[in-house]
Amino acid sequence: MTLSLTTKDQAMLQGDFGPATQMAMKILVRMAEVSGATELLDIVGAHIDSTVYIGDAGLEFAEKLASLGAKVSVPTTLNVSGLDEHHWQEWAVTNEWAKQAHRQMIAYQSMGTIPTWTCAPYQTEYKPKFGDQIAWGESNAIAFANSVIGARTERYPDLFDICCAITARAPAIGLHLTHNRAGKILLRLKNIPLALQESDEFYPVLGHLMGKISLDKIPVIQGLEYIPNEDQLKALAAAGASSGSVAMFHIIGVTPEAGTFESAFQNNQPQEIIEVTMDVLRESRKELTHQTSEVSLDLVVLGSPHFSLAEFKQLAPLVKGKRKHENVKFLVTSSRAMTQLAKQAGFSDDLQNFGAQLTVDTCILTSPMLPKEIKYLMTNSAKFAYYSPGLLGKQITFGSLKDCVESAVAGKVIRDESLWK
Amino acid sequence: MITIQGKSFIQGSANGIALATSEPLSFWGGYDWKTGEIIDRRHPLSGMIAKDKILVIPFTRGSSTTTAVLLEAIRAKTAPKAIITTSTDFFFALASVVADELYKMPIPLIAVNKNEFEKIKTDDEVEIDEKGMITVTLKT
Repeated sequence: MTLSLTTKDQAMLQGDFGPATQMAMKILVRMAEVSGATELLDIVGAHIDSTVYIGDAGLEFAEKLASLGAKVSVPTTLNVSGLDEHHWQEWAVTNEWAKQAHRQMIAYQSMGTIPTWTCAPYQTEYKPKFGDQIAWGESNAIAFANSVIGARTERYPDLFDICCAITARAPAIGLHLTHNRAGKILLRLKNIPLALQESDEFYPVLGHLMGKISLDKIPVIQGLEYIPNEDQLKALAAAGASSGSVAMFHIIGVTPEAGTFESAFQNNQPQEIIEVTMDVLRESRKELTHQTSEVSLDLVVLGSPHFSLAEFKQLAPLVKGKRKHENVKFLVTSSRAMTQLAKQAGFSDDLQNFGAQLTVDTCILTSPMLPKEIKYLMTNSAKFAYYSPGLLGKQITFGSLKDCVESAVAGKVIRDESLWK
Repeated sequence: MITIQGKSFIQGSANGIALATSEPLSFWGGYDWKTGEIIDRRHPLSGMIAKDKILVIPFTRGSSTTTAVLLEAIRAKTAPKAIITTSTDFFFALASVVADELYKMPIPLIAVNKNEFEKIKTDDEVEIDEKGMITVTLKT
């Protein structure tokens, strides 16, 4: 089977829509061929992860497209960049990095995109609808869009998302197609106390396990007796997309394509059934901590994916009237929009009095903001927990939001074990 | 010596020493493009240098930034000479396609079936030709 292109696709490929569209289409067509697509399909939106600054090659790619006059053809949100555009000087970011990362921000902003600068685009007004064909980068966002919203995107890498946005086309492959969205592996919760299912700490731990077990196969969770809120589902998606390649999951009775067992598996049987017991979950929770010292703490960091208004609302009463320990920094990473909403809602005063700092546009994983002397981190995010040792060379402890606040006050790691007994 | 017929999803020839694992890897947080070191501290190849090796890895996991990291590595000449996977890997392929577009420096990528994949071990000598034929000279 070979790839068939429409007249308009061919016109883009020949350069009739300008050199930037031609370059984007050339890459799109080569990748469609590599992946065995027989056609391209129209998309209605895109989310660009290529904004993350890594080095010169990514910047040269962005600036080449920009200099050729690239413009996106569908509403396109931007993921985090390598820089908090207005507050980077408060941290250890070097001038050289700031200059390069900023050039990359400008390049993508020049293409007619929406400068959301967030890894949680599904919590903005630009979130897609059920059934929308979209081209999204950013692993946590991909998993959320497919699983929780029921929009359709393949697991697209950086550099490809922008090619789709410019051409408004994507290869008709993978999760764009109904039959590829069926569950493959059944994760059956067994004797998990309801109190744990309701807690925020459950979802990153379950997600980490889900990613490790299912790798690139679609997992289906059965036996949840509670309807998780949006931020809990966000934590689950981000965790599964970090430890594995989960681009889609189902929760029976919760997510939109999994009303029943039969619809989750599209009337097929699971290839594998795995029982999720407390023992397995305790092991997963343990893996999220990567620390030799049990108590040392330099920084508490929250907000991967970016903190939402609801999360600020949850955090504010926990820190109210308290003050963090002088030797510990307390950082929340979020988007410009969410931090403004939190401010208007009156949550930022409590945070400020507590001694918390806010970073927008980016996070500790995508901007080299942490100085060397910060060695021991604590977080409630499985994504921060998963990537910090390798990307930053830092040690990290995973705990609940409450654990994080109490540890910041005490100046050392404190964890409540009661839900895990 | 064994020969394996693979499927070149990005064509090219290469030869070098294998660095092999059955664990998938995210290059973001897993590959230091400045040195070519595997830096995912939970991965069995942690601490190994993949620069100029034939990397034998089933597929990529995790972050969608893997492609960007491999592209940086190709530009900085710290990338593997070629990558052997168990199926067509979109993330690796895109890095190679963009490296071709920007720098005329694609790296060969080749998929083999799982049984054949397991035959290639770290330190074996591997030669890949344009047609996807892989010749493996076992270390011992």
